[in-house]
Amino acid sequence: MKKIVLPTISAIQEEIIGEFQTLEGDRERMLTYIMDLGEQLAPMDTLYKNEHNTIQGCMSKVWLTYTRQEDRLFFEGDSNTAITKGLISLLLRVLSGQTAEEIIHANLYFVGKIGMTQLIGSQRSSGFANMVKEMKLIAIAQKAERGA
Amino acid sequence: MLNASLMSATPPHNIIDIQKIREQFPALHQHVHGKPLIYLDNAATTQKPQAVLNALAHYYQHDNANVHRGIHTLASRATAALETTRHSTQQFIRAADAAEIIFTAGTTASINLVAAAYGQAQVQAGDEVIISHMEHHANIVPWQMLCQAKKATLKVIPIRDTGELLLPTLEKLLTPKTKIVAISYVSNTLGTINPLKEVIQQAHAHGAIVVVDGAQAAPHLPIDVQDLDCDFLAFSAHKAYGPTGVGVLYGKRALLEDMPPYQGGGEMVREVTLAHTTYNDLPYKFEAGTPNIAGIIAWQEALNFIRQIGYKNLRAHEDELLTHALDLLGNLDKVRIIGTAPNKIGMLSLIIEGVHHLDAGMLLDANGIAVRTGHGCTQPLMDFFGIEGVIRASFAIYNTKEEVEQLAAGIARIVQQKT
Repeated sequence: MKKIVLPTISAIQEEIIGEFQTLEGDRERMLTYIMDLGEQLAPMDTLYKNEHNTIQGCMSKVWLTYTRQEDRLFFEGDSNTAITKGLISLLLRVLSGQTAEEIIHANLYFVGKIGMTQLIGSQRSSGFANMVKEMKLIAIAQKAERGA
Repeated sequence: MLNASLMSATPPHNIIDIQKIREQFPALHQHVHGKPLIYLDNAATTQKPQAVLNALAHYYQHDNANVHRGIHTLASRATAALETTRHSTQQFIRAADAAEIIFTAGTTASINLVAAAYGQAQVQAGDEVIISHMEHHANIVPWQMLCQAKKATLKVIPIRDTGELLLPTLEKLLTPKTKIVAISYVSNTLGTINPLKEVIQQAHAHGAIVVVDGAQAAPHLPIDVQDLDCDFLAFSAHKAYGPTGVGVLYGKRALLEDMPPYQGGGEMVREVTLAHTTYNDLPYKFEAGTPNIAGIIAWQEALNFIRQIGYKNLRAHEDELLTHALDLLGNLDKVRIIGTAPNKIGMLSLIIEGVHHLDAGMLLDANGIAVRTGHGCTQPLMDFFGIEGVIRASFAIYNTKEEVEQLAAGIARIVQQKT
């Protein structure tokens, strides 16, 4: 099988930070940008939008599913609101396709650098943290399964 | 923008000066995300005038003492101030007797008190409770809980597409088994003013009592409980320029006398032995524990504020804002107004086709505009309209036509960019 070559988690985060810098901290532009990212995200098959794939503790409805290819995890996500879809899109861009090991240890510093908490508020930030946690839990479970 | 001359924005029949009123509300004078705050979430809670804030501070700085229990000076002052507010509240809703005014934590607490105490004593298995399809969850869930506990039946008055009660159905719903009709005076999501007198007359004709959720009425309409002839009425101070954590339950004296206590504790008792307790007189029988003394005392200032402005001026101004909002948004492509009853308060709920209300709410917030987004604690109503939630702008006396224009511009921009 051809080896998958992806930019590192850090490299992708730097790219995102750079993109947000061009928005000059303008709240409306940042939100619109995130919504645009959300609109570009491929919609999830309704088949997967079930209770099992629902992330709890989010203001919006959020679904997350994944596939495994060798030691890499490929995530798919969706939401009923554009801003949340945009946030999912950012997360997928950083973590999807990385190895379970990398996902487990990923330090998502771009969240702080782009001022996401101030942008989306504490309630949504906690939902965002739940998404990250879920992705890391999936990675831990997959790593354990492969190790077993 | 906010400091523009508001005199020109007020019509000749309106003698109030909105700019002067705005000056009394410190929280309005701030920037949110670099934009002047436009506060249009008044149905959730209004901002508070300086006099209310001063009263809260003054109580803690000078008069802080527990009420009804001490003989010292501070206790006397606090008690006198609290009881003065009770009398003012009595006058505010034209109750016959100050003993019919029970202070609670809010509308929700008031309704739960009736459901638990009156419901516990009066509703039996097979009885019926009637609510409407437009009720706030606070006027649904306590009745569901009661009906579940008592094996009683919960019936629902349906509504029209305009968001008005389908009143002719009430006659068919009422039976000799109906014990309680619980209904809102004004819908918190649609703004519809319900024909309360007709509901009450019909309910009484069938021997049922009527519990009114007056949370959205108190800030906008003069309430006369004797003229309405309602049996219970609940509302919150914080939606009518008062502090949070203060609610009122009005009940007809005879019903309150018959009703068993709700919570046990201090204040609500006359004599306690380890074997037996006798209960205090009204209204204290239903006021167990230390009340929100500071909040109740400060509520007096909110009552003064409303009285000084007068409901006529309040309604005229808020109606004008609603008309202006409808002129600007009513025919906008992709915008659907939810709640089109001809008789409604200054409140506008809408959806933007193709844009989730949470996304729209965040974009408006980025422009300093505070609106409510979501189901508004009326999920059955959302189901009726086949929607998940709305964007709700609700007006208060301090809002301006310029603010309404900013809201309309914000919504128009979302429509343009995102649909």
